[in-house]
Amino acid sequence: MDRLRRTMMFVPGANPAMLRDAILYGADSIMFDLEDAVSMKEKDSARLLVYSALKTFDYQSVETVVRINELSSGGRQDIEAMILGGINVIRLPKTETADDIRAVDAAIESVESHYQIPVGTTKMMAAIESAEGVLNAREIAIASNRMIGIALGAEDYVTSQKTRRYPDGQELFFARNYILHAARAAGIAAIDTVYSDVDNEDGLRQEASLIKQLGFDGKSVINPRQIPIINAIYAPTQAEIQNAKEVLAAIEEAESKGSGVIAINGKMVDKPIVERAYRVLAMAKAANMEVK
Amino acid sequence: MELKQIATAGTMESSDIMITLSPNKTGLEIKLQSNVEKQFGQQIRTMIESVLKQFEITNVTVDAVDKGALDCTIKARTIVAVYRGLGKEDYDWEEINKWIA
Amino acid sequence: MTINQVGRDIPDQYASQYGVYAGELTNIKDYQRATKKVHPVKPRDSKLLASIHDAIIQTGLKDGMTISFHHHFREGDYIMNMVLAEIAKMGIKDLAIAPSSIANVHEPLIDYIKQGVVTHVTSSGLRDKVGAAISEGILADPVIIRSHGGRARAIERGDIHIDVAFLGAPSADEYGNANGVKGKTTCGSLGYAMVDAQYADQVVIITDSLMPYPNTPISIPQTLVDYVVEVDAIGDPEGIAKGATRFTKNPKELLIAEYAAKMITESTYFKDGFSFQTGTGGAALAVTRFLKQAMIDQNIKASFVLGGITNAMAELLEDGLVEKVIDVQDFDHPSAISLGKNSEHYEIDAAMYASPLSKGSVINQLDIAILSALEIDTQFNVNVITGSDGVLRGASGGHSDTSTACKMSMVIAPIVRGRIPTIVDQVTTVVTPGSSIDVVVTELGIAINPLRTDLIAAFKDSKIPQLTIEALKEKAYAITGEPAPIKYGDWLVALIEYRDGTLIDVVKNV
Repeated sequence: MDRLRRTMMFVPGANPAMLRDAILYGADSIMFDLEDAVSMKEKDSARLLVYSALKTFDYQSVETVVRINELSSGGRQDIEAMILGGINVIRLPKTETADDIRAVDAAIESVESHYQIPVGTTKMMAAIESAEGVLNAREIAIASNRMIGIALGAEDYVTSQKTRRYPDGQELFFARNYILHAARAAGIAAIDTVYSDVDNEDGLRQEASLIKQLGFDGKSVINPRQIPIINAIYAPTQAEIQNAKEVLAAIEEAESKGSGVIAINGKMVDKPIVERAYRVLAMAKAANMEVK
Repeated sequence: MELKQIATAGTMESSDIMITLSPNKTGLEIKLQSNVEKQFGQQIRTMIESVLKQFEITNVTVDAVDKGALDCTIKARTIVAVYRGLGKEDYDWEEINKWIA
Repeated sequence: MTINQVGRDIPDQYASQYGVYAGELTNIKDYQRATKKVHPVKPRDSKLLASIHDAIIQTGLKDGMTISFHHHFREGDYIMNMVLAEIAKMGIKDLAIAPSSIANVHEPLIDYIKQGVVTHVTSSGLRDKVGAAISEGILADPVIIRSHGGRARAIERGDIHIDVAFLGAPSADEYGNANGVKGKTTCGSLGYAMVDAQYADQVVIITDSLMPYPNTPISIPQTLVDYVVEVDAIGDPEGIAKGATRFTKNPKELLIAEYAAKMITESTYFKDGFSFQTGTGGAALAVTRFLKQAMIDQNIKASFVLGGITNAMAELLEDGLVEKVIDVQDFDHPSAISLGKNSEHYEIDAAMYASPLSKGSVINQLDIAILSALEIDTQFNVNVITGSDGVLRGASGGHSDTSTACKMSMVIAPIVRGRIPTIVDQVTTVVTPGSSIDVVVTELGIAINPLRTDLIAAFKDSKIPQLTIEALKEKAYAITGEPAPIKYGDWLVALIEYRDGTLIDVVKNV
């Protein structure tokens, strides 16, 4: 099973205290932000602080992601510094076309070659924040072998759509689903947008339940308190785990009898059900759950 | 190398350090204000000095206000202050990467 | 120099006078309890005096005597400053003061020391301002730092004799019946004051709310009181009893609290009828909140909570999750109110709370204690009194008492605070010996004291991350770098008394 990406925690690049503590909170991925969270005057500081942090702290247990600036306004230096720091994933700001992806891919390749790092080591992620980007999601998802995921940036998106965010998320319905489809067709991850109202835990639960239901791999978070809430939503229930074990037991039984047909309580169990059972158990195991 | 202008990097937030470099004619002088002066004062000075040495900057007064910054932060802020003082925007990452570890 | 059982050097002069620490229970022995002079009050005698000035005259306070105060008014206290101001004005000098603790609001004390009005100090804590001044060396003789239980013991055994106790009381009648739950500025429990009232030769009650006789409830009875003075204000309500203490939202503190609560609920102590005490830091209060949920989920009710009481504990009582609240001090307004109105919320004095020489203190019955620390070393010794720069700044409090007596003592702390490592090779000053500390809980996980083989076995398969204390120290130093050793002077500024009266460490000037 591909690595868990239930939570991707945003960490402002220019904040030394947060860079140091980021690893504590159990996020599956940490996204260092060199772009929106950093003022123009401090881009150089943030770049060096994140580079320094990557070289100093042990981020091995998480996936490290960095949101770089546009190539024309510091992105190239971001790429060089982050690759030298050992970042896992480079995330583009506002991706609109497959060309955007290809341009960054080329920039990454040139840095990797120069420093004799195996080409392809550094992965990429796209962030889609506009109608153009949504409609190009399919091409974006397959524009590079480095692509591991697409994220939705809802604030910019709804503004460009001439609406705003609502609790039920209808205004994001198409964007979410199209991005998800593009990701699934390409075999990569789909990450939902941030939930900014940190004190509204019920609101977060509602939104996280919705995106889990749709099939998203996880969600961006802006505060560590959001992490356990999202993890809980993604955790398989004991009932689901139990059910999955029954499916696997039935398979074993059928195989031992040489029978091709698998049944539980008289109901036929076919391939999608088996696949889901494996996924549930893998998720439970990866989430360190007790599989009783 | 000679600094072209006074430059500052960093903030006065907890866990950060604010470094101001002013070119002078008399050599290296470090003025440090730190809330952990007794425990880490020497280490902080050594760290700043070593960065300046890498850039071969000798005629500079350093005003540092430290609020418990870790070594990696001190290094980072000092490097940025140097580049700002040199008026250079393109960093030599290859160089930095060689001696930062 | 004598080296004591935790490896600290005690100068001979003090080693012979106090004895040196030789084990948690080594110096608990039979003794004769201290007595005091009593001036009977006859019918038609009046105790009510017009001013603090008059009280000082009536008590016959002279140079060289020992006076005491309580610290139930914390940063809102006016009493100690008012009384010392008057004493200074009257030209009385060379006094020994024995407040149960000192707050930053008592900064004027620094001047009184420099003027020679006060020449000896014993206290549980010194806090930042007074602590820093004393670390510079303004006193000729070192301060004696005592824990809450240790102070009670010192008074009970006669190690210290109080000539006059000046005790602020939120309410009192003209005959001295005093409590902390009625009046203009309530503070709740008067637990520390009650001991002074029992043993001081003379007791002056200072109140801003004179009540009709007889004032009840009675925390300090009239039979112990010589004089009563009414003043405009005994303290600042904001500083005495703040609004409800808030739970932290700091993610790191919440993480620490979560590990601590998990450890408690997974332990064999977590069952119906268990008891616990928490400190007042943000993380400690969060532990209570997590515990509360577990208690509800598992239908477990505590027999009592002890402290140092905050609104979190008072709420447990209101919610029916604990039978009794045993209270030596209230930290906020809601807990003070609870003491006044709930019969299951019960006031005790400092001796009953923690004295090692009583016929059994409440901490002896305690299952779990959550404590804080400025530093912890690889021997599990704890420092709560000096910063890593060697300057006096904290308070001994009930730390060494509670940790030795309870069944599972847990110190909760982040591994670093800014650039200062919390887990170190050797603490700057030992207040609590490592043998008393069972677990250290940090944001990286827990370290169980190797002495507790039972806990190590019980938690072998727990999902809570476990590290050795050395590993925690390595991680702390990896972040901060290794701190340079402190350069001390030659002047002794504080003696740290263990609860039994022996010396566990000393502090020199910086």
